[in-house]
Amino acid sequence: MATLEEEAEVRSRRNAWLLSAPALVVLFAAAAGPLIIVLIYSFLTPATYGNVEWIFSLEGWKGILFQHDIFTDNLVLADANLVIFWRSVKLSFITTVLTFLVGFPTAWFIATRSPRARALWLFLITIPFWTNLLIRTFAINQIIRNEGVLNTLLMNLGVISEPIRLTYTDTALLIGMVYVYLPLMVLPLFATIDRFDMRLLEAGYDLYANRWQILRRIILPITRPGIIAGSILVFVPCLGAYVTPRILGGGKNMMIGNFIDLQFGQGQNWPLGSALSITLLIIVTIALLAYVRTIGGENRHG
Amino acid sequence: MIKIQKGEGVGKTSVEARQIAKFFGQGEATVKALDNVSVEIGQGEFFTLLGPSGCGKTTLLRMIAGFESPTSGQILLDGTDITPLPPNRRPVNTVFQSYALFPHLTVAQNIGFGLEMQGRPAAEVKDTVARMLALVKLEPMAGRKTSQLSGGQQQRVALARALAPTPKVLLLDEPLSALDLKLRKEMQIELKRLQTETGITFVFVTHDQEEALTMSDRIAVMSAGHLQQVGTAREIYNNPVNRFVASFIGESNFLPATLEAGKARLKAGGLVEVNGAKGQSGPITVAVRPEQVRLVAAGEPDALPATITNLVYFGTDTHCHVDLADGTEVVARLQSLATGDAGLERGAKVGLRFAPGAAQVLGD
Repeated sequence: MATLEEEAEVRSRRNAWLLSAPALVVLFAAAAGPLIIVLIYSFLTPATYGNVEWIFSLEGWKGILFQHDIFTDNLVLADANLVIFWRSVKLSFITTVLTFLVGFPTAWFIATRSPRARALWLFLITIPFWTNLLIRTFAINQIIRNEGVLNTLLMNLGVISEPIRLTYTDTALLIGMVYVYLPLMVLPLFATIDRFDMRLLEAGYDLYANRWQILRRIILPITRPGIIAGSILVFVPCLGAYVTPRILGGGKNMMIGNFIDLQFGQGQNWPLGSALSITLLIIVTIALLAYVRTIGGENRHG
Repeated sequence: MIKIQKGEGVGKTSVEARQIAKFFGQGEATVKALDNVSVEIGQGEFFTLLGPSGCGKTTLLRMIAGFESPTSGQILLDGTDITPLPPNRRPVNTVFQSYALFPHLTVAQNIGFGLEMQGRPAAEVKDTVARMLALVKLEPMAGRKTSQLSGGQQQRVALARALAPTPKVLLLDEPLSALDLKLRKEMQIELKRLQTETGITFVFVTHDQEEALTMSDRIAVMSAGHLQQVGTAREIYNNPVNRFVASFIGESNFLPATLEAGKARLKAGGLVEVNGAKGQSGPITVAVRPEQVRLVAAGEPDALPATITNLVYFGTDTHCHVDLADGTEVVARLQSLATGDAGLERGAKVGLRFAPGAAQVLGD
């Protein structure tokens, strides 16, 4: 009898594996596979017309921080690369803060409407997702360029005498990124604010808290999970943003995404591009860990 | 409007509502939540606002707290008009029906919240929190999150949180309604103890008449935005001013009658001594509590002839339903012990008498 039971157990375990095999294959092929390929490429030698040669090399990784001096062939610090990394992190951070500042009141407004109005507002928030990102970004460009709607309007109103130059500046980039990523901040914030017990506001008000204290001591700590989720959803794709900086930043205000693209295209240096991609992944991971640690930690002790 | 005299033994006025009206909506759709309500609550008093849901008792409480503003009228605290002050500038705290405890804070932090917002020094906050935890017997729970507490414990935290800043008045909005019966009885005693120990004026809102009768120094009975009667539990129970009060607080028999020289001539026959006759004439209603009705042998002098229609056994009591000569139904509550072998049975002819001072003329 025991053997029969053992056999049945072995069979059921084998079946479990077999049944989950398709999912595992897809998971591996879709998630881990490309990442492993990128990791391997970063340790190879660039071939002449793009692609890679299967010769082990650390040049790709060195290329992140250093470059060969054109005249002396010495390794010198590639400060241009560092500038791009710093710009990317800085712009992503500012975008996250801006989307929060705009998104929180928006989410609060929506969550405090009647159920019917709420559905309408949420619907309006998601409408931009229906249109191609590229087109929307070009549209923003049309609005902010020298002869665009914004400048024309301000000049006609007499607020400014000559157009504000926005195109291909960091401001243009930020406007575009805040616009693109705002829904990703609003939706998780809405979800937490929707669950927020509004009676706590009365309790706080009753216990001598003013409006600012109610925001700082009650609303923000309780909606913290939504703030974390929204910030991650905005910060991570921002760091790898490609289309927005490409169009609104022109050629010169690059972010990591554009820099990586350059290595796979014109630069014909796939190993460097791969090493940069992995570096981006590491930066994102570190940034997230640090963020969750500080914000989550406050919650534990606060 | 009813003229209210302060209860016995009550000194200075703590809270006063002066001709408060509150209307919601406009024009035809106007709802009068409160209509010309005036009441004075004494310092250190346990004052209860009692009434069915929608009678305006919670609106009045929220007005004292500052969450609602009256359409007209004033709220005074220790003689000062506080009507324009927001809730965070009134030395008044509320125990909410839902408790509304802060889920992100520990028990101790919840209790200390009000003091912190007032900017009291950390040492004082710590001391007061410790004192409050002891007062509500929750010392071992100080570091817990409020979600880890039982309903009764949450209730105590809510109380301690509202008492910690030593408010001049503590407002309680049906705080016991979420608790089960046994816990509710315990908390009633607990509340009364806290009130006596702290000496703070309590304004308590409830729709539960028993709760009101057992805890309050004085009760204000409200209905449809109006104050019906204000008085001690005894006054309200023994001398209800109108039919609403008589039927909302305890049970009553209502007998149609006419006044004759200070006595009431019942429609069912018989002349009875009555309280509360204020020179009315014509048809009136007399109220008699079921426990004040005595059954005697049929044909005794001054007894109203009646026929027993039903007997309902309640354990300690037996309710005896009888019909009077004119068909008016009267319920007599008899102690089961006393009537055990009295041979009462359906259809039996009996005589009916009211205890001295039991019949009350209603002013409706």
